[in-house]
Parts: sequence; structure tokens; C-alpha cells
Amino acid sequence: MREIKEYTAGEDLIIKTSVRLLVPFIQLFGLYVIVHGHYSPGGGFQGGVLLGASFILLALAYNIKTSQEYLSIGVNALFSNLGPAIFIGVGVLCTVFGGLFLDYSALDLLIPLGPVEWRSFGIFLIEVGVGLAVMNIMVLLYWNLSSGGNMDEGL
Amino acid sequence: MTVLSILAMVLVTLGLFFFTVGTIGILRLPDFYTRLHAAGKCDTLAAVLVIVGVAVYNLQPFSFGALLVSGKLMLIAGFVFVTSPTATHAITEAALVLGVKPWQRKGKNRP
Repeated sequence: MREIKEYTAGEDLIIKTSVRLLVPFIQLFGLYVIVHGHYSPGGGFQGGVLLGASFILLALAYNIKTSQEYLSIGVNALFSNLGPAIFIGVGVLCTVFGGLFLDYSALDLLIPLGPVEWRSFGIFLIEVGVGLAVMNIMVLLYWNLSSGGNMDEGL
Repeated sequence: MTVLSILAMVLVTLGLFFFTVGTIGILRLPDFYTRLHAAGKCDTLAAVLVIVGVAVYNLQPFSFGALLVSGKLMLIAGFVFVTSPTATHAITEAALVLGVKPWQRKGKNRP
């Protein structure tokens, strides 16, 4: 029986190279899905999942430290709070200008674009918030679950 | 029956042929690595051929919208062409790390 060379996990050139090649395109596609969410399949949640999965892919192929060079813990915490803040903020802003909660046509008083355009653009604003929240909470969940809460090393 | 139709039919039929060969390989080959060998290569090429065939067929009433959809299909083909072999490689590496032994012919004294 021929001896099989010992291999160690996580030090593979092929996986690292193809992940490095693919991550920018995955992130670009995630932005495309978020931005085109209101008139084609997709939306904030799906685009956010794609963006979060790109960082999880980096953490899987390299390690958690490398993914934190691209998305630091502070930025992650800021964005995961900013996403719900955008959602609630846009909704409350509609009530401030006299509409119902998330009734975007009321925002016509703020910037006069026309109520129909505001209904379309308001969905886009909401989806940016949802995308930011989903992306950062997904990455945060992966970091915490794979490292036992330390967020420094793991898989 | 236009030229593009015939080209699309040839491409999709070739893709289905490679899918069949890959399936036979998965069913008939002896162990994990050889089955992955069949599945990885044949399914990658077959998926790319089928997607390119669909993209060619989609171009028939030629318009800018059809060109856009075909371009997106070609991007999907490129994505599959990169990711599928990488996924196969990752699964193989995981099996090697876990210590799955490759198949060898029994009975003879092999080195």
C-alpha cells in the first residue's frame, strides 16, 4: 500500500485562488440583486445573503482574520445596526410627513419627485437597509458560531 | 429550422451525452475518488454545454433583450466552469484529510 501524503486543511492553493477570483464577482452580483430588487427577481434579503456569503467564503477558504481585514468587527457592528435604522428611519419619516408607516408617497413633500417615483424609490431605500442588516448579521453569526464567540480563529 | 436552432440542438445533445456518461461513471466506478472524478469533469462540461446551447437558442428572434439574457447565461456558464471543479477539489481534499483510502485492485502485489 502506497503511503498517502499527509494533508492539512485550509492550506489549499486552488481553493484560495478561485475564492480570491470569485469574491468580487459575488459581491457585484449581490449589489445587482439589491439594486434591481424592485422590478426583477431578488431584493434586499437575497442580495444581503449573497454579500454575506462572500465574506463567509473568504473566512472558509482563508481564516476568520482574513475576512476581518475586509470587513472589520467595528464596521460589521455599525452596519448591522445601520440596516434596521434605515428601515425604521424611512418608515418613521413617512409618518412625520403625514403618511402611514412605510407610505413612501408622503416623502414627496421632502424631495418632490412625484408620488409614483417615490413609491419605487422608497422600496429601494428599504431594501438597502434590509441588505445591510442581513449581510452583517449573517457574517456575525458565522464568526461567532465557528469560533465559539471569540471571533478570532475557527474553521 | 435555422442554423442557430441546429447549433443549439447539437450543443444541448452533447451536454446530455456528457451528463449520461457522468451518471454511468458515478454508478459504475469503484470508490469515492473515481466517482468524484467522473461527476466533476462530466457534469461541469455538460452543464456548460447545455447553458451555452440555451443561450444560442435564446438569440433566435434577435433583439437587444435576447442578447442581454444570453450574455447573463454566458456569465452563468463561466461561473459554473470555475466553481464546479473547485467544489470537486474541495470535497476530494476533505476526503483525503479525513483519511479515505483510494481504491486499488485486489489480488495482485501492488507496490
